[in-house]
Amino acid sequence: MARYVANRLIQAILLLVIVSALGFAILHLAPGGPLAQFAVSSQMSQEDLARVTRQLGLDRPLPIQYLDWFGRMLRGDWGRSYRDGEGVLTIIGSHLGATFELMATATVIAVLLGCWIGVLGAVRRYSLFDSLATIGAMIALSIPTFWFGLVTIYIFSVHLGWLPSGDRQTIGDGSVLDLLHHLIAPAMVLALVETAIWGRFMRSSMLEVVNQDYIRTARAKGLPEWRILTTHALRNALLPMITVAGLQFPTLLGGALVTETVFTWPGMGRLFLDSIGYRDYPVVMGILMFSATMVLIGSLLADILYAVVDPRIRVG
Amino acid sequence: MADETGRFGVGALGHLTPGNPNRRQFMLLGASAGAALTVPASAFAQSEGQANPPDKPRGQVIAALSQEPTVFHPLMPGIEVDQGVWWQIFSPLWFVDPAGHFVPDLAREIPTIDNGGISADGLTWKIKLRSDAKWHDGTAFTAEDVKFSLDLINNPDFRVLSRVGHRLVKDIKVVAPDEIHWRMESPYSPYMSILSLTCMVPKHILEKVSDPNNSPFHNAPVGTGPFRWGERVPGDHILLNAHTGYHGKGPYLERVVFKYIPDLTVLYTQFRTGQVDYTGIQGILPNFVQEAKTLRGHKIFVSSTASVEHIAPNLEFGPFVDRTVREALYHAINKKAIIDALNYGLPKQTESFVPQQAWSFQPDLPQHSYDPAKANALLDAAGWVRGASGIREKGGVKLEFTNSTTSGNAVREQTQQLLIQDWRAIGAAMRVNDMPAAVIWGDFWQQSKFNSVLVGVNFMLGSDPDVTPRFGSGATPAKGGRGYNTYQYQNPEADRLLAEGARQFDLAQRKVIYGDLQKLIRNDLAILPLFQSSITEGVKEGLQGFRPNINTSSNCWNMREWYWA
Repeated sequence: MARYVANRLIQAILLLVIVSALGFAILHLAPGGPLAQFAVSSQMSQEDLARVTRQLGLDRPLPIQYLDWFGRMLRGDWGRSYRDGEGVLTIIGSHLGATFELMATATVIAVLLGCWIGVLGAVRRYSLFDSLATIGAMIALSIPTFWFGLVTIYIFSVHLGWLPSGDRQTIGDGSVLDLLHHLIAPAMVLALVETAIWGRFMRSSMLEVVNQDYIRTARAKGLPEWRILTTHALRNALLPMITVAGLQFPTLLGGALVTETVFTWPGMGRLFLDSIGYRDYPVVMGILMFSATMVLIGSLLADILYAVVDPRIRVG
Repeated sequence: MADETGRFGVGALGHLTPGNPNRRQFMLLGASAGAALTVPASAFAQSEGQANPPDKPRGQVIAALSQEPTVFHPLMPGIEVDQGVWWQIFSPLWFVDPAGHFVPDLAREIPTIDNGGISADGLTWKIKLRSDAKWHDGTAFTAEDVKFSLDLINNPDFRVLSRVGHRLVKDIKVVAPDEIHWRMESPYSPYMSILSLTCMVPKHILEKVSDPNNSPFHNAPVGTGPFRWGERVPGDHILLNAHTGYHGKGPYLERVVFKYIPDLTVLYTQFRTGQVDYTGIQGILPNFVQEAKTLRGHKIFVSSTASVEHIAPNLEFGPFVDRTVREALYHAINKKAIIDALNYGLPKQTESFVPQQAWSFQPDLPQHSYDPAKANALLDAAGWVRGASGIREKGGVKLEFTNSTTSGNAVREQTQQLLIQDWRAIGAAMRVNDMPAAVIWGDFWQQSKFNSVLVGVNFMLGSDPDVTPRFGSGATPAKGGRGYNTYQYQNPEADRLLAEGARQFDLAQRKVIYGDLQKLIRNDLAILPLFQSSITEGVKEGLQGFRPNINTSSNCWNMREWYWA
């Protein structure tokens, strides 16, 4: 196991270097730059723009810029934002809390609800509940999240006045109740789509398990149905969910762009979009490296957990 | 050079002595009163002051912005939303009010030729400063801070917003803690307006930093403005608290919060539900304006901005070289349809690059008429013959071109469709070539690589109409010039007028010069103006003091005067 983990870590480092080079190249080869927003301004001339370009080092050859950035990153300096001069790690850190809060809440709701719907759908296959769950999942996966978000705001905020129309908290009120009040709508909207995903995966996995011989044997032995489902079927059906969880892991800290925009949530998704729009290269590269690291960690954890949970699996 | 009377008109306007105005001052007063009467009420609309401001700062205002302020050093490159925050934290020597008058802020009085603040030749400036202004940390503001700020701007290692005007400042002398003198390399009257946009920074803090481009000050600024720095939650909001030791009027609010809401629909929704008190840049979308006007507990203000929406032709590209083509294209544009159908009738038609509310606006420009028949006749007479495809050509040059704008801007994209239709009728073929903002405003715009662009530009330098960087022959970046004459406009008469206007300190004479310049630009059709842009802003009922200001890039300019009734 130790050798396996070591090999995976070495592969991860190589992958991160490739991702960084490719990401840097694509980002800088796209036309435009961080100073384009000032080009139409009446206060900055072409000469001013050229001067600032030189001062930011953006006129250097791309390979030199990349090596400079990479060298500093290895020393722990992820650079500074072109927009506010703040350190990239500081900026990412300031958005992580909000992101984790929203994504973790939505994920917990989605896992619990989705697994319950999936299990029930598998056990009562082709029943009314299963049909409704299938239709609901299709709707949730088909309709855009921003539509759900805006409809939620329209009904619960504009007309009923039950929920705030956005933000993470009321400014000046840092109470837990206020935070929860603001969390309800965006978490539910996000959880809606994730519930559909978890539900469908769980249903398929459960269906595969309940038709196995050992389940038939357990029934023949006279075990109660609830015990068959929870002790035997569910535990085995959850194994593939580890892979799904591994894929979902990066989103815990990666954010959800559309939901964050609709609900004015100050998360990583919005930060990424804003940074791309402004061509804030250091922040974009920082988020890219952070997300890539999360993906690699997620898949490694999933593989290790799979091996721990399933004694039939051996790694290394 | 200044004329023999040596008056600096705008300064005279802002410094009238009520007891015994001279003839020039009286005429200027009459002119400004007349101008105010002709200006649409919405330009100066303000929330009625039905109650007096409180004795102490009270309450808070949440101002929603669709772009996030991220630059808090007022001398570094920033956009309009950044400037809106700077005006709360920092102060300039003077500012410009909605009527175009300079009003002293850190300066004790506006320097004029009359009061000796500016020498008759415009070269020596003597500024008297307030002695009661304090930085937010309690340190006294002095002339040393002014000198430091101007020196910092001209520091080649400092990543400054712009050195236009400042690079002419030489031999800065701190004569006393409340007086500073300097010499200008050449007379330059727009510098008054440039200084109205230049905030002073604290010497006692910034002289200690090793890197002027990066210091704790950048994210925890200290100024002399009506509000002091509170906190910033990146991607969410900025909170400012009242500076109770402020030297000027106000502040009457305890707190101001700038809230970042990137989506304009969401921004309007939060205004509607009462989560925000004021919708700042970019305001309420035109399609929501009618509904917004019916909202109870809210007031809506539709005001003009200084930005002029226009078609920017590359004057050295093929068919655009011919002035007749530009005139024909202009006559073929149905401006009313663009304004009414796509912009809900909110903006106003214009013929000038100067806002209609500005002191320098020339009202007697030829008025556009939508006349495709005339456009066709002009082109026929000029030898532009329709080919088999219906597209005109002359001397091997086809009347076809691309038009570019920011992709994703739905209103502009629809405008382009109307233009395609309008121009097809006169045998001109336009193709759309849109691109994201970060691309189009890069080299494509700056190096004049476009055929034509649909764009909104604020041509003014604050309240000053000096457009040398926009229309001066030596200001074309594509030809190595210093400026942003991306149209590649070249006209010796325009150069002469621009040079004369920049040297002239008498307001009345400057008005004539810039009036002539507007006539020239209009006649040459260096730009095809569509309309002067407008912004629709909303405030919650009870919020007093809001006043749009055509001379500033943000209507947050006077938040120190806002209060809850």
